[in-house]
Amino acid sequence: MNGMTRIPVREQEPRVRATNFEEVCLGYNQEEAMAEADRCLNCKNPKCVEGCPVNIDIPAFITEIKQGDIKAAYDKISEYSALPAICGRVCPQESQCEARCVRGIKGDAVSIGKLERFAADWAREQDVRPEKTAKSNGKRVAVIGSGPAGLTCAGELAKAGCEVTIFEALHEAGGVLSYGIPEFRLPKKTVVRSEIENVMALGVKIETNCVVGRSVTVEELLEKEGFDAVFIGSGAGLPRFMGIPGENANGVFSANEYLTRSNLMKAFDEAYDTPIHAGTKVAVVGGGNVAMDAARTALRLGAEVHIVYRRSEAELPARAEEVHHAKEEGILFDLLTNPTKILVDENGWVKGMECIRMELGEPDASGRRSPVEIPGSEFVMELDTVIMSLGTSPNPLISSTTEGLETNRRRCLVAKEETGATTKPGVFAGGDAVTGAATVILAMGAGKTAAKGILEYLGV
Amino acid sequence: MFQITKKRVLANQIYLMDVKAGRVARSGQPGQFVIVKMDERGERIPLTICDYDREQETVTIVFQAVGASTRRMAELEEGEYFQDFVGPLGQPSELTKESSEALQKKKLLFIAGGVGTAPVYPQVKWLREQGCRADCIIGARNEALIILEEEMKQQAAHVYVATDDGSRGFHGNVTECLKDLMAKGNEYDQIVAIGPLIMMKFVCLLTKELGIPTIVSMNPIMIDGTGMCGACRLTVGGETRFACVDGPEFDGHLVDFDEAMKRQTMYRTEEGRALLQLQDQQSGKEHHESCGCHQ
Ligand SMILES: Cc1cc2nc3c(=O)[nH]c(=O)nc-3n(C[C@H](O)[C@H](O)[C@H](O)COP(=O)(O)OP(=O)(O)OC[C@H]3O[C@@H](n4cnc5c(N)ncnc54)[C@H](O)[C@@H]3O)c2cc1C
Ligand code: SF4
Ligand code: FES
Repeated sequence: MNGMTRIPVREQEPRVRATNFEEVCLGYNQEEAMAEADRCLNCKNPKCVEGCPVNIDIPAFITEIKQGDIKAAYDKISEYSALPAICGRVCPQESQCEARCVRGIKGDAVSIGKLERFAADWAREQDVRPEKTAKSNGKRVAVIGSGPAGLTCAGELAKAGCEVTIFEALHEAGGVLSYGIPEFRLPKKTVVRSEIENVMALGVKIETNCVVGRSVTVEELLEKEGFDAVFIGSGAGLPRFMGIPGENANGVFSANEYLTRSNLMKAFDEAYDTPIHAGTKVAVVGGGNVAMDAARTALRLGAEVHIVYRRSEAELPARAEEVHHAKEEGILFDLLTNPTKILVDENGWVKGMECIRMELGEPDASGRRSPVEIPGSEFVMELDTVIMSLGTSPNPLISSTTEGLETNRRRCLVAKEETGATTKPGVFAGGDAVTGAATVILAMGAGKTAAKGILEYLGV
Repeated sequence: MFQITKKRVLANQIYLMDVKAGRVARSGQPGQFVIVKMDERGERIPLTICDYDREQETVTIVFQAVGASTRRMAELEEGEYFQDFVGPLGQPSELTKESSEALQKKKLLFIAGGVGTAPVYPQVKWLREQGCRADCIIGARNEALIILEEEMKQQAAHVYVATDDGSRGFHGNVTECLKDLMAKGNEYDQIVAIGPLIMMKFVCLLTKELGIPTIVSMNPIMIDGTGMCGACRLTVGGETRFACVDGPEFDGHLVDFDEAMKRQTMYRTEEGRALLQLQDQQSGKEHHESCGCHQ
């Protein structure tokens, strides 16, 4: 071993895992983690830190792992991130920290995400929990939404001594971490639940079953319920459809519906009442993380699954690891293909999907080469299920019921980047609700920034 | 946890419950609904708000025990709890946006089918508080399935009962009863129809002919009830709308009922695992749950 290649991480066999909902990646053990940590050069000017949206002191925590002091590694990470077991699993490391790692120039980048995950999992297994230390500063803050943005903001404020209540619309906390990202990638009972409990251990209260804008308004929180400030971390949960004929047929679902049935309602588990239409031949339209998650869920429920994406492999927005895992498990990729029509049988069920082949044209504004239709290349895929995964946008429920809260053309809340302050005094926002669908770590970063903004606003 | 403070059997398999739920009771309005999840493994079941008491902080729901989850719900007794109870969801009834003066000038008719009588009741009651007394047709297959008749009589100007088998009141369905009322010289400016899809469809076909604006309350398959999943989508006036946030009430003359009826059968062919466990052979554990209110 010359240090050029990373220590491989143990995973469930593709053929085995394609039929179960257990976690795919098994993670490092201490020996493996220490060996991988040994590959870190502890650079004077660490590029990885610049690549991390919350600037975790990566060489510092890796050095602790190298020396076998996992508790110290965990404490170091915790200074920056409240959800390390989650980030270690779902961050797109290949385009963030690991993309900048010097080791990556000639060989493999250090497996930063897997090391972060190792330290966080170790802490959970040893029952190391953050402690409630701060004494109350007498300020009360309402946080709307319990996704990564809300959890992080709430945790930071509680650490500073604020009394924080999170209001969550669903019956379960966690946002996308609970209803979107599947069990096989992010175990709920162990990992997600435990990181939420860590936030609660800081004194944060969570009120589920409360839809702000309906059960209570932002104004009522401020004026009647005595909160001094409000943070909106309501995410970008509204699914988009294509607007093609046949989209309301039976057997066409949004990825959100399909994933929510499986993850939040646990339809994959016999003991739960909620049904899911697994399908026998399924097309998932889209190429992001959400599409990969829906595809791999359908596969585990027993279907043959095709990813239908209008650009080529290089443009797939999903994390590299997810695409790799999906292929290993037997998901078929129909790239440069775009649906034009859903074919429906006489009972209202999907029987196929008409598609057209695409080719890549000139780069568009985003720099990606835009796909153009190849005339006359239409063909029909026979299917019984279509899952639309075309992206999501913020829900207007809060903006439309709160006076003075501005949104932009994409329905995102307008908020200052440095403080999270919205156009309404005392109201802050961050995460997908502001940026549109993005990533866990960016939402966490925004939650943290807004917490600082809120503390400043409250004068504490 | 949300405590059941009262339970009443209204008819065979039709239950009324008062549930302690402060936030819903404080902000609920006629036309809105709640989602109930009885325990860890239960489904999320949308039910129209049938009444609310802002002082006691209770909300009344009425449901028919037809599928796996609603049957288990029906077994709960006073003093026991629902794990989750969220709302109010959806838009308040269009009528709540009009002034009492405007309402008092209107001749309104409600058409309630089966369990649909329950969501009609708070609207008729609310109208009465605005000084407007509406008429109401309550329809059911037979006498035993007529619910809330006495309560309705106290709020409405006239209550007409129609049964398919003639066991009580008008012999015939609600559409025939409406025809009969019109033939007898009744006139209406606006109709609100709430009941099974097939009933609403035929009421709308008739009222379109008669030129009477008609509001219907849709109750499709739902999960979150906040606009997140799209399970509740319908075609209204050629456009896709989400019943949970854009509705549940829509202009009945614009709703594509045939599509809605097909969508309701979505989980019927599925092997209702939970249902099998409950030995129910006749229906899937699907939309029945969601439209328990409207069967
Ligand atoms: C299937 C899927 C897979 C993904 N995979 C990855 C990945 O691998 N890596 C990655 O980095 N990112 C991934 N993402 C994106 C990432 O999950 C999101 O960017 C992130 O969760 C956004 O966090 P948030 O806190 O802003 O919002 P969310 O996580 O969306 O949380 C918002 C919360 O607010 C609640 N809410 C909304 N409206 C209201 C209201 N009116 N009242 C009360 N509560 C309300 C919602 O119920 C929800 O719980 C994925 C997303 C999905 C859907
Ligand atoms: S939080 Fe994400 S970007 Fe930052 S070090 Fe961890 S894996 Fe890398
Ligand atoms: S119930 Fe999910 S969008 Fe309406």
